[in-house]
Amino acid sequence: MDIVLQQVGYLYAKDSPFEKRALRDVNATIPSGSYTAIIGHTGSGKSTLLLHLNGLLKPSEGSVRIGSTLITSDTKGKALKDVRKHVGIVFQFPEHQLFEETVEKDIMFGPMNFGIPEEEARSRAHELIELLGLPPDIAQKSPFDLSGGQMRRVAIAGVLAFNPSVLILDEPTAGLDPRGRKEIMELFHRLHEEENLTTILVTHSMEDAARYADQVLVMHDGTSVLSGTPEDVFGKAEELASYRLGIPRSVRFQRDFETLTGKPLGQLALTEEQLAKEMAVVLKEAGGRK
Amino acid sequence: MIQSGVVELKEILSLEHVSFTYASEDVQESRKALEDISFTIREGEWIAIVGHNGSGKSTLAKLIIGLLFPNEGTIRVFLEELGEENLWNIRSRMGIVFQNPDNQFVGSTVQDDVAFALENNGVPFEKMVPRVHAALAQVKMESFLDHEPHHLSGGQKQRVAIAGALALEPELLILDEATSMLDPQGRDEVIRVVEELKRQTGLTVLSITHDLEEVLLADRVIVMNQGKVLAIGSPAQIFERGDELEAIGLDLPFSMKLSDSLQKEGIELNGNHMSEEELVNELWTSYFNK
Repeated sequence: MDIVLQQVGYLYAKDSPFEKRALRDVNATIPSGSYTAIIGHTGSGKSTLLLHLNGLLKPSEGSVRIGSTLITSDTKGKALKDVRKHVGIVFQFPEHQLFEETVEKDIMFGPMNFGIPEEEARSRAHELIELLGLPPDIAQKSPFDLSGGQMRRVAIAGVLAFNPSVLILDEPTAGLDPRGRKEIMELFHRLHEEENLTTILVTHSMEDAARYADQVLVMHDGTSVLSGTPEDVFGKAEELASYRLGIPRSVRFQRDFETLTGKPLGQLALTEEQLAKEMAVVLKEAGGRK
Repeated sequence: MIQSGVVELKEILSLEHVSFTYASEDVQESRKALEDISFTIREGEWIAIVGHNGSGKSTLAKLIIGLLFPNEGTIRVFLEELGEENLWNIRSRMGIVFQNPDNQFVGSTVQDDVAFALENNGVPFEKMVPRVHAALAQVKMESFLDHEPHHLSGGQKQRVAIAGALALEPELLILDEATSMLDPQGRDEVIRVVEELKRQTGLTVLSITHDLEEVLLADRVIVMNQGKVLAIGSPAQIFERGDELEAIGLDLPFSMKLSDSLQKEGIELNGNHMSEEELVNELWTSYFNK
């Protein structure tokens, strides 16, 4: 399911004295099956953009095409409901949205709301509990008795429960400790591969964007200013700095290393493992330890 | 650091054999959240407490500020045993900054907000003004006096929250995961301010965090795991046990991870590299600069 944004503009409280422009002339294509990272400084418009990707907001100007559904300012609500069956959003701190008595009921709530029979929803819930690496006996527990990391997984299961083909992740690791962050990011990576998802990650972490995404979209001041592969985007450190964005640690270290030694590495090092490999080549060529 | 033979500095905080269990209806589920914790913090020390989510560090913070009381053992703050009678007096001598920057504002402007606690403590107006200004200058927010707190970035909000704590001229400043909800820029801003405070004042600081980069600033580090103290020592001593830290879900500083990956690629290096500068310099001197 491709998502295409053309000249999208959005005004909050349009035609009122409090009218405020949040987006202008946003253009982007998110191909089906891609893993796209959206990066941008706080206030760059990335959260408003995200709400357009499953029809929670309609563009004031321009159009958003999600699969075969075209959304403009005139689109009626009913068309949007259909879109939402295919696009799931994991909001920041999704565990704040848990509310049911048991984990099983919480995961089943979304699908049953979309008219899926109870038994089917239940078996899907149990599949998801396993898929997310949660213990099977958790199904009958109250979601509020779980640890923070487990609560987040249950909330994510609730989003996956209606089998979305597009999964939008808004800062999914905020507030988790380093191991929890890594586990959740690896989980989404695995889901992306195994469930053939189109994944859209909104993140402040340049390291995560570099490691997991195959396409990066940069937002600044309400508009899309740059997009491309992580190599393209993170190769433009000065341009990114002008949008108040940094580069991944590995790329920064690579720059320092290249400046000091005068030896360029073969390619942009998107992860620390890749950086170590490339550096090892140069260091060995230098004739080893003096 | 306290050296033997040197007069010991005044004790600020001390825990002796402290244990705590959250009351639970299900007896089997009640696990000790903290078990036999002992340590002492002296005047002017900068202490970091690290641990993964669920390691007991938040419970520890709640005990130190008297939101909970230990089941066993004693907590002494400013040389007095913490109890319900002296709680308010002791709390008025410490400043606390919490995790979520949006949950701790009451004033409609930055300066009102910083003045709030002073007003509560009956500080006369003529003393209040210079203290508010001085506190905001310490966190480099003096040009934001009349800004609305809600329109600040996350990093700016946390700096104002720190100023609010500093205005009370506390004898102990507690940062309870004060950077964990910030974006990378915000985290850097707060860490720089905290570094500066450390250099300029003799303030005693207890920082609870899971960011190991932040830990590098501390004089001593207390590592928590499953409700117990795993290790206490200088950052250098703690990072020597890198594998153990990773095993309990903590993340090592980038330079240490890279140094590790380089050694796996067959590059010989000497010991740990706690900063990127150290690592680059070693590579330069041992591989290029004959």
